[in-house]
Amino acid sequence: MGRLSVSLCGTELDNPVIPASGTFGYGYEFASLYDINCLGSFSFKGTTLKPRFGNPTPRIAEANAGMLNAVGLQNPGVDAVIREELPRLREVFHKRVIANVSGFSVAEYREVCARLDREEQVGWLEVNISCPNVHGGGMSFGTDPILAAEVTRAVKAVTAKPVLVKLSPNVTDIVAIARACEDAGADGLSLINTVMAMRIDLKTRKPVLANVTGGLSGPAVFPLALRMVWQVSKAVKIPVVGLGGVSSAEDVIEMLLAGASAVQVGAANLKNPFACKEIIEALPAVMDRYGIQNLKDIIGGAHG
Amino acid sequence: MKQTVFTIAENTPLNGRYSRLVLGGDTSAVTTPGQFVDLSLPGFFLRRPFSVCDWSETSLTLVYEAVGKGTTALRTLPVGTALDVLTGLGNGFDLSKAGEEPLLVGGGSGVSPLLGLCRRLVNAGARPHVILGFNTREEVILAEDFFALGVSPTVTTVDGSFGIRGFVTEGMTISHSYFYTCGPEAMMKAVAAKSPVSGDLSFDVRMGCGFGACMGCSKATVNGAKRVCKDGPVFQKEEIVWDD
Repeated sequence: MGRLSVSLCGTELDNPVIPASGTFGYGYEFASLYDINCLGSFSFKGTTLKPRFGNPTPRIAEANAGMLNAVGLQNPGVDAVIREELPRLREVFHKRVIANVSGFSVAEYREVCARLDREEQVGWLEVNISCPNVHGGGMSFGTDPILAAEVTRAVKAVTAKPVLVKLSPNVTDIVAIARACEDAGADGLSLINTVMAMRIDLKTRKPVLANVTGGLSGPAVFPLALRMVWQVSKAVKIPVVGLGGVSSAEDVIEMLLAGASAVQVGAANLKNPFACKEIIEALPAVMDRYGIQNLKDIIGGAHG
Repeated sequence: MKQTVFTIAENTPLNGRYSRLVLGGDTSAVTTPGQFVDLSLPGFFLRRPFSVCDWSETSLTLVYEAVGKGTTALRTLPVGTALDVLTGLGNGFDLSKAGEEPLLVGGGSGVSPLLGLCRRLVNAGARPHVILGFNTREEVILAEDFFALGVSPTVTTVDGSFGIRGFVTEGMTISHSYFYTCGPEAMMKAVAAKSPVSGDLSFDVRMGCGFGACMGCSKATVNGAKRVCKDGPVFQKEEIVWDD
C-alpha cells in the first residue's frame, strides 16, 4: 500500500480522506466533476427507515468561517436508497461506502442497519446518534451513555459489518459516551457531528433558520473537534474517524496526530466541490514538508 | 457546472438598491437563460448564488441587490478582482415552450434573468411581452436594456411613481402563449394564478452549496422534494406546491 494508506476497522483505505455524510449526497454531483474513486471512501446521506423531507426552509445560514444547517435528514428512505441510489453509485464509485444511518427509535436503527447489512457495497455502518436537527431521535441517543450503548448493541446484533458510532459534541463528557459505545461493541467512532448553534436576522429580529437552531460546521469548529478526537482516542482502543472543519492536507495530518485513523471532510465540499480531491493531492507534499514517510506512522503521534 | 476564475470588468451601482456586475472569463458552462452562478466572496464561507442576467462567450452580466453582508461587500470589490465562480448551475428556462407571444414578468432583482431570456426569445423569432415591477421609480432597472432588444416593457411601481400603479398583475392584460416569471414568491404566485396558461417560475432561495449536495434548499413539489439549486431554480407552474 502507498504512503497515504490507512486502515479502518481492518479494511485498508488508499488514503484517509472521506467525505462526511450529508455533504456529498450519494456522490453523483461530485462524480460529474472528478473521478471520486480517488477518495478513501465516502459516507452517504443519512438514511432513515421512511422517506423524509426534513425541516422547513430556510435551513442554511452563514457563520464566520463556517455554516449552519438544519436540513433534518432529508432522504428517500432505506428501501429507495438500496433500490435506486446504491446501483447508481456503483457505476461511479468502485470502493466500499460508509452507510450513514439515523433513526427515531432503537428499533428503527436496528431495522435500517439490518437492511443495509445485506448490501455488498456497504463496507461500514455509521450510526448517527448525533443529529442536532431532528426531534425525538437523533441526538437524544447520543447525549446519554445508556441510550448510546443500547443503540450500539441493537445494531451490532443485526450486522456483521463494522459499526462506527457517530458522536455529538453537544455533551458535557464525550469520553463517557465514547466508552459506553466501545463497551457495547462499537468497532469504531466518528466525531464530531455539528455543534448546535443559531443566528438571528437583525432586520426581522427572528432566528434565520426555520428550525430556530442548526448545526455549526466548517473551519470554525476544527479546534473543538480536534480536542475531542484527542480526548476520545486516548480513552478508547477502537479506531476514531476525525471530522469537524477539516479543509486542508494540514488539517488531515493534525487530526491523525490527535489520534484519528481516518478523516472526514464535510462543509469544505459545499464551498469547494473539489475539496477532497485537492486535499488528497496535496498530502504527499505536505507530508514531505513535515518529514512524514507514511500516514499510518503518525496516528496518535501527538499523544506522547 | 464548471469551477473557474472570473475577473470583475464592471461593478456599477444602478441605483441605491441594485448593481450591475460584469465578469470576464470562460462562460461555456452557461447554456440557457435562467441558470445561475455561485460566487465565492473573500471573507465569506458560503458562496452567493446569482442569476445570470445575460452573457456572451467571454463575459457574464449579473444584476444583484445588496441585501446582507456578502452582497454589501460585493459592492465594494474593484474592477480587476479575481473571483472563484461555479458557473452553469441550475436548469434554466425552457425556451421550447414559449410559443409565439410569451409573457415575461419580473419583480425587483427578479427582472435580471428575464433580459437574457428575452434576447434569446427575440432571436428565435418570438414576440415576447415584458412586465417589470418595482416599488418605486428610483428602483427601476433594465427597462432600457429591454427597449434595446426592440421590446417595450410595461413597468409597474407599487407607489405609482413610474408606469402603472400597483403590482405586476395590473399589467397582465395581454393574452400570451406561456409565461416566464422571476421575483418574490408572493408575486410569482399571483402571476401564476392570474395567467390562464402554463409557465416557468424561477425561485430565489437561501442555498448552501448551489450544486445539489447539501439538500439545504429543498422545495416540496407535486413530484416530491426537489432541490432548487439542481432540479430548479425553474419549476413549471403545475409542479409547484405553494406554502400557504
